[in-house]
Amino acid sequence: MTVINLNRQTAAEAELLSAYAAALSDLPGDGAVMAVRDRLSHALKTDGLPTRRIESWHYTDLKNLLKAMPKDQAGKVEVVDPLIAKTQVLPLANGSADRAALALGFSATPFADKLLSGEAAALLADRGGDDTIGRINGSFVKDGYVLDIPAGAEIEDAIELQAVQAGGASHMRHSAQFGAGAKAVVIERHLAVTSAQALVSAVSSLTLEQGAEVTWIIVQQQGLADTHFGQINVVLKGDAKLKLFVINAGGKLVRQEIHVVTAGAGADLTLRGVNLLGGESHTDVTMTLGHDVPDTTSTEIIRSVVFDRAKGVFQGQIRVAPDAQKTDARMACNTLLMSDDAEFSVKPELEIFADDVQCAHGATVADIDRNHLYYLMARGIPARKARALLVNAFVAEIVEELEDEALVEALEAVISNWLEKHG
Amino acid sequence: MLEIRDLHARIADTETEIIRGLNLTVKAGEVAAIMGPNGSGKSTLSYILSGREDYEVTSGDILYNGESNLELDAAERAAKGVFLAFQYPVEIPGVATMQFLKVAMNEQRKARGEAELTTPEFMRRVKEAAAHLKIDTDMLKRPLNVGFSGGEKKRAEILQMALLQPNLCILDETDSGLDIDALKIVADGVNALRSPDRAVIVITHYQRLLDYIVPDTVHVLYKGQVIKTGDKSLALDLEANGYADIIGAAA
Repeated sequence: MTVINLNRQTAAEAELLSAYAAALSDLPGDGAVMAVRDRLSHALKTDGLPTRRIESWHYTDLKNLLKAMPKDQAGKVEVVDPLIAKTQVLPLANGSADRAALALGFSATPFADKLLSGEAAALLADRGGDDTIGRINGSFVKDGYVLDIPAGAEIEDAIELQAVQAGGASHMRHSAQFGAGAKAVVIERHLAVTSAQALVSAVSSLTLEQGAEVTWIIVQQQGLADTHFGQINVVLKGDAKLKLFVINAGGKLVRQEIHVVTAGAGADLTLRGVNLLGGESHTDVTMTLGHDVPDTTSTEIIRSVVFDRAKGVFQGQIRVAPDAQKTDARMACNTLLMSDDAEFSVKPELEIFADDVQCAHGATVADIDRNHLYYLMARGIPARKARALLVNAFVAEIVEELEDEALVEALEAVISNWLEKHG
Repeated sequence: MLEIRDLHARIADTETEIIRGLNLTVKAGEVAAIMGPNGSGKSTLSYILSGREDYEVTSGDILYNGESNLELDAAERAAKGVFLAFQYPVEIPGVATMQFLKVAMNEQRKARGEAELTTPEFMRRVKEAAAHLKIDTDMLKRPLNVGFSGGEKKRAEILQMALLQPNLCILDETDSGLDIDALKIVADGVNALRSPDRAVIVITHYQRLLDYIVPDTVHVLYKGQVIKTGDKSLALDLEANGYADIIGAAA
């Protein structure tokens, strides 16, 4: 009988563990934090990277997809212009926060401080056995920002967490507390300024207290060879409202996880996602949403455009707790497949344990409408340009829901620039 | 300007032949009306002239300004001055009407080697043309044709025609769904475009539109062929007596 070791260590796994051993002396943290890091990296070693056999990773076989860790050290980077004009920029140069960064109307401190003081130890715990992103990030995390928006504060200018990467590996973590009734717009932006291969993990943990209203926008524009692991963990207290926009317009291997729980009546999540996928890339957006208490609402719309041989994944899990009556949750995933080799997998999952709820999900996959294309061409718009207009229309429609004109314009520019290069 | 020679064409998917040996000549400056019973191939002819891919020409030729345009796609034909005002203009959510107009005008200009319009010049032209057609500029802020009434859609088609200044205008049942006031506005818009170097093909079921857009020639299409050609009095005959006599005489 042949015994096959299903958990044979891959090159990338070996590199990941040796990178940890090599980085150990440079990683910030007190004894408690270092103990958590050791536990997480040990779990990575014993469990390995997830395969299709791990349910939440079924469509993203990380063990096979992650081929290697970046070879090069990160190059020099500088702060770039913010996405929109009126912005407070909190830079992250190759994952390091700027200690001199100023924040107006709220406090922003480097996450490294919390690691050094040991306060962060409790924040680094993984979500469970399948939380590979949490484990990688918790093992390696070096810095990030701790945002504290006081109760009642209305932060007028947007806050941009500007992560600029020039190859190499970076692991950052943000913790954001929005006090009762606070209002703010935060742009979590991930950029690559060189074509050198990078691996970035970014975990953000948000708590919105009673009545806080937050728009959080993740704009992922990593390089064509990059790996990006994102995770955002959110707790919504009563009447708190979060508009979460996620735009994936870069990266070779991308997994963006979104984990939200509602913890008070009146809490509302608006999730909008745009995936622009091309080349041989693999992009996975995975959401879990717990409607844990009565009277909470959510809508989720994911629009994806897939060119070339790219693959996309959306997993959307909505759990409605047994006593979470009057939950209203609506999820939709619409995809345009632009080539015969393009692929998109959608897995909606509704787990409803309450009886007086409204829950709906829908998924569509289509090609460009031929009648629309013909109409535009009959007005003299060449096929290529007409297609770009229609694809743009398909995704821009949901960006327009953001009422801020400057934001809409900036995000539409991200979309049309991407389409010009890939359409 | 336009010469259609013994044209045979079919629906690409089903290979159903719709146009069966059609001959038609339209000169510069001419307004030609095409009439015919349901299913005679009128709309198909307009699609084929504009370059819709769902149809294939199996034999014959379409000469536009002396050159065959069968190899050109819809966008190339449009840039050369062919314009089809659709019977059912499609709604395209997410594409702003103004953006669409600007892209269409500038792409055509580019294809002809002309400079793109500046934004103020573009705005001036749109405002002027919209005012002639009694189009509320608020309507142009909406996505293309989305939520437009039937009459608004037809007026928007004529607005596009006025802005693009084509050489060959094909109106496919532009009168359908229009009340009498809208019909007059649309007809005025078309008449304003009449010129010695422009030809207009008006496809219609009814004589009424031809009271406002007076044709030079009238052609009766039946089973994919032109079976009778005459002047504007032919349209009046048809209105009075129907198609039966002409079809009978041609059979």
